Amino acid sequence: MADYRIALAGNPNTGKSTLFNALTGLRQHTGNWPGKTVIHAEGEYDFDGDTYTVIDLPGTYSLYSNSADEEVARDYIIFEKPDVTVVVLDATALERNMNLALQVLEMTGKVILCLNLMDEAERKGIRVDVDALAAKLGVPVVPTTARDGVGLKDLQKTIQRMVRGEIITRPLQVRYNEEIEKNVAAMEPSIRSIYGEKLPARWVALRLLDGDDSLLKALKERWLERKEVPVHGRGA
Amino acid sequence: MGESTAIPLAEAKPGQFFRIHRLSLDGTMRRRLLDLGFIPGAEVKVLQKSPLGDPMAFLVANTTIALRKEESAQIYGEIIGERGDHHG
Ligand SMILES: Nc1nc2c(ncn2[C@@H]2O[C@H](COP(=O)(O)OP(=O)(O)OP(=O)(O)O)[C@@H](O)[C@H]2O)c(=O)[nH]1
Ligand SMILES: [Mg+2]
Repeated sequence: MADYRIALAGNPNTGKSTLFNALTGLRQHTGNWPGKTVIHAEGEYDFDGDTYTVIDLPGTYSLYSNSADEEVARDYIIFEKPDVTVVVLDATALERNMNLALQVLEMTGKVILCLNLMDEAERKGIRVDVDALAAKLGVPVVPTTARDGVGLKDLQKTIQRMVRGEIITRPLQVRYNEEIEKNVAAMEPSIRSIYGEKLPARWVALRLLDGDDSLLKALKERWLERKEVPVHGRGA
Repeated sequence: MGESTAIPLAEAKPGQFFRIHRLSLDGTMRRRLLDLGFIPGAEVKVLQKSPLGDPMAFLVANTTIALRKEESAQIYGEIIGERGDHHG
């Protein structure tokens, strides 16, 4: 009997809340994220005797344009380290959805891609080679039609296998140009010496090279000033 | 088509298809447009203008996105077709 945390990330309108509702039913609570006017929705479900807390992150096309929504989603994935991050993808607009998916794969390997809106894709004559996608991206891909509850059992089973450590992932890492890669390699050792295993060094280096002030600010708040990381889980 | 003939997306008309050549802005605004799918090489369809011409709605990477004129005026490219032409 264990308790796991599952984050749902994804572009706007990909069915995250539909999936969240289908998984958690009435076992939900909503409020705001600490210090933000962004809705925080959390719920839970039981599966094979374990309890899974699901966090419905705000829908975003990216994690780096520094809107409040994007900061919430980024901070949750990188600082709160959910046991699994499920990236919900619109099967009818995969190219667009890859932007966020690849960003998340740079942050963590504990990722499952939920290929949602499969009914819409089928209706439009779009066929997705699920196995090829999973092989290419190095993480499990589960097709679903959340609105009709199709594929949810598969998703829950895959989540279970991942939290139990039964799935080895090899998340695709985007290679950048020589100059960027050289700089990343130069920065990684010092980042590792500061953050150890707490943060992915390659990802932090890439963010710093991109001049991500919002991340710098979040890092300062969380570590340099020794501010407590907000406690996740249920409110009082 | 060369750079010299590039026009801003803001000047494209509803029904027209547009191919993006470049974005003439930097920093957060550039990042945001790239994240929304306004990438060099991408094909955009102009869907509609609001009564005052701002914002405009575009179909890009299979999703409808509205942009303010100050943004669409910084996206340069060429018209590649009209409604009724076959694309994608
Ligand atoms: N056809 C179809 N529609 C779906 C499916 N899943 C969700 N929808 C519909 O898609 C729309 C958006 O779903 P939401 O669950 O609100 O999407 P979301 O990702 O939470 O959206 P944001 O919170 O705005 O990011 C709703 O009208 C859903 O009913 C699906 O599998 N198939
Ligand atoms: Mg939602």
